[in-house]
Amino acid sequence: MLDGIKIAALGVMTFLFAMAANYGQEFVYQVHAVLLMLASAAAFIWAVRSTGSPKVAAAAPVEKGYMDEVVRYGVIATAFWGVVGFSAGTYIAWELAFPHLNWDLPWTSFGRLRPLHTSAVIFAFGGNALIATSFYVVQRTCATRLWGGNLAWFVFWGYNLFIVLAATGYVLGSTQSKEYAEPEWYVDLWLTIVWVAYLAIYLGTLVKRKEPHIYVANWFFLSFIVTVAMLHVVNNIAIPTSIWSSQSVILFPGVQGAMVQWWYGHNAVGFFLTAGFLGMMYYFVPKQAERPVYSYKLSIIHFWALIFLYIWAGPHHLHYTALPDWAQVLGMVFSVILWMPSWGGMINGLMTLQGAWDKLRTDPILRMLVVSVGFYGMSTFEGPMMAVRAVNSLSHYTDWTIGHVHSGALGWNGMITFGALYYLVPRLWHRERLYSITLVSWHFWLATIGIVLYASSMWVSGIMQGLMWREVDAQGFLVNSFADTVAAMHPMYVVRATGGILYLTGGIIMAYNLFKTAVGAGESTAPATTVAAE
Amino acid sequence: MAGNRELDTATNTETTGHEWDGIKELDTPMPRWWLLTFYATIIWGVIYVILFPAWPLIHAATPGLLGYSSRVEAAKEIADAEAANAPLDQALMATDISGDEANPELLAYATAGGGAVFRNNCSQCHGAGAAGARGFPNLLDDDWLWGGTAADIEQTVTHGIRYEQDDDTRFSQMPAFGDILSSEEINQLVNYVRSLSGLDHDSALTQEGSVLFADNCASCHGEDGKGSYDFGAPNLTDSIWLYGSDPDTLRETITNARFGIMPAFQGRLSADDIRKVAIYVHTLGGGQ
Repeated sequence: MLDGIKIAALGVMTFLFAMAANYGQEFVYQVHAVLLMLASAAAFIWAVRSTGSPKVAAAAPVEKGYMDEVVRYGVIATAFWGVVGFSAGTYIAWELAFPHLNWDLPWTSFGRLRPLHTSAVIFAFGGNALIATSFYVVQRTCATRLWGGNLAWFVFWGYNLFIVLAATGYVLGSTQSKEYAEPEWYVDLWLTIVWVAYLAIYLGTLVKRKEPHIYVANWFFLSFIVTVAMLHVVNNIAIPTSIWSSQSVILFPGVQGAMVQWWYGHNAVGFFLTAGFLGMMYYFVPKQAERPVYSYKLSIIHFWALIFLYIWAGPHHLHYTALPDWAQVLGMVFSVILWMPSWGGMINGLMTLQGAWDKLRTDPILRMLVVSVGFYGMSTFEGPMMAVRAVNSLSHYTDWTIGHVHSGALGWNGMITFGALYYLVPRLWHRERLYSITLVSWHFWLATIGIVLYASSMWVSGIMQGLMWREVDAQGFLVNSFADTVAAMHPMYVVRATGGILYLTGGIIMAYNLFKTAVGAGESTAPATTVAAE
Repeated sequence: MAGNRELDTATNTETTGHEWDGIKELDTPMPRWWLLTFYATIIWGVIYVILFPAWPLIHAATPGLLGYSSRVEAAKEIADAEAANAPLDQALMATDISGDEANPELLAYATAGGGAVFRNNCSQCHGAGAAGARGFPNLLDDDWLWGGTAADIEQTVTHGIRYEQDDDTRFSQMPAFGDILSSEEINQLVNYVRSLSGLDHDSALTQEGSVLFADNCASCHGEDGKGSYDFGAPNLTDSIWLYGSDPDTLRETITNARFGIMPAFQGRLSADDIRKVAIYVHTLGGGQ
């Protein structure tokens, strides 16, 4: 009966998307309708083929143990999107240094590739990493299988369909012009459905846990899922111009719209890139270091302080704008108070290594995790500092902001994800160890040097840019033209893009290493390595 | 739970007794420096929101004890800067700029201010160094379309060129000769025009070209092709070309004509800023 309803619904959806492809008013809408039609047709065929198979007998053994196949897919997607996102970022970094690389084509212009890069690294790379690790961690720390059966597969495939819709939309010029929330209304609706399913799985798994307490990593993961749901829904409220159109009008006008956007934007950083990744940190650091978490009390206090304070900090993106002073002041004050709660996570991560510091010499994975936490601490000091209005009057709109974001994104989010992937792949594919620890070391140094080049060039570039903009002569006249500042930044842009190449190379090495590990190369059972060493 | 507490030997600290997938937690107290710094930022925050506008109420936000307002502050800074320069601005507006700029202090002031105006309003088209680009005149040479005295430049900046929103804009329109002349005739004209500035040309065609030029072009560009400020008609005998002097470009120019537009800056810039930028451009090298 249920199968029948499912098949019928998928068939109707396929038909409706075919209709949408026919009536679509823009090319991008038609492309998306065709993509959705193909996706629902694939789901339809899968449903038809799997219906009537002897469920009870087949399903029973599968239901035992942890649900790891979906985590394996998530790990593959994370590595894949990571390389895609780093490539896009490196390419647009070269575009900024050498604008000719835009090729005067709309599809390869900076304006379209930039959201492709940001969404690929934040939502595709980071999002898949968060979904995969949260599924892995919640099962282990609750000692139970994921709740909801195949719903986890729906979340994985549904989320990646969202990414494909977003990415193709950007290249074809579809955007609602909200930074980090560029996809149009129907893509937003689809993500909402997927995200609610994600939340349901997470809550369901927590409810049926076999441990008396909920581990701190799960507090962070859950706060991330709940808050992102709220942010996504509110920030994307828009009225489509037609059901057959990819265009829409944002509900909130003017400065209210800007405030809602940065309430969303800052908490995308706060909950997607911070709370969610702190969840990863709280599992993989103690696991890899094989040490207890440093302080339970600190984790409680910094968790509640962090999630309470972050949600207020958004207005610091709108200093010295039409936003009323009171909102700017509150945004600044809460950002500064947020400093210590953020550092609570850093302290708990670093100090967990007490009694295991020696492992940093031999274990490049642990080194990655620790450097990641170090970058987290650095950017969460830099952030509150830049939120101070006086500092912001220099740093705002300059490359300093870009450098700040990337020391967080490349250093904290990237490195912790790499560490988690290196931890997960041998365990998920049941291998004794990674294919090559030497390659992990190469990855570590390439990524670290890449980040240092990136961050330092953007500090120089950004502060120079800010100082040049405000430089006035004795009578108060501006000294530099905008083009002067662009020309002055050129060498720094080349350094930054070079850093990007190093970081991307590290990512490719990681993908290769993980692939070789997963297929079992270098295992002791393989003929080449059957050495009598053990 | 307390029963599961154990002593971690590496740190000499008790665990909480919780365990998940092999992960335990130490019962370490919060670092004192961390807690004190956290309290300090909170106390600072409380003081700050009392001193500055912060909490939204029904009709307005709390104004803060210091009475700070970023709008008032910005307006004051602008007013202070304007007041500081007001005597010089008044003197500048009282000066007849068509004559020699007698006062060196005023000239220095005007070129400094005009440079800033230029870099923020003009450099987008004319280039940061004022060397222009294809279709955007070079302001460093002495080849002027509408006149190169400071007063001429001030007029151009104020009202723009072919800028229809301004009634006093400088206006002229070259006809598109593609509708009037045959392509063979245009070819003859191209060769004649090139001959005026000594560029390579087919001498066999210049004879007819010169007749065509006298009939069609001389009314604006002059019998000798030296152009006219009255019509913004370029001098065709020098080696300065706004769109290019190669035969293909000339053919396109004659066939389709050109219609370069510069916006009027009246209303966007104050009268004294326009005067400053006119003086600045005049001093760049080609002023008449």
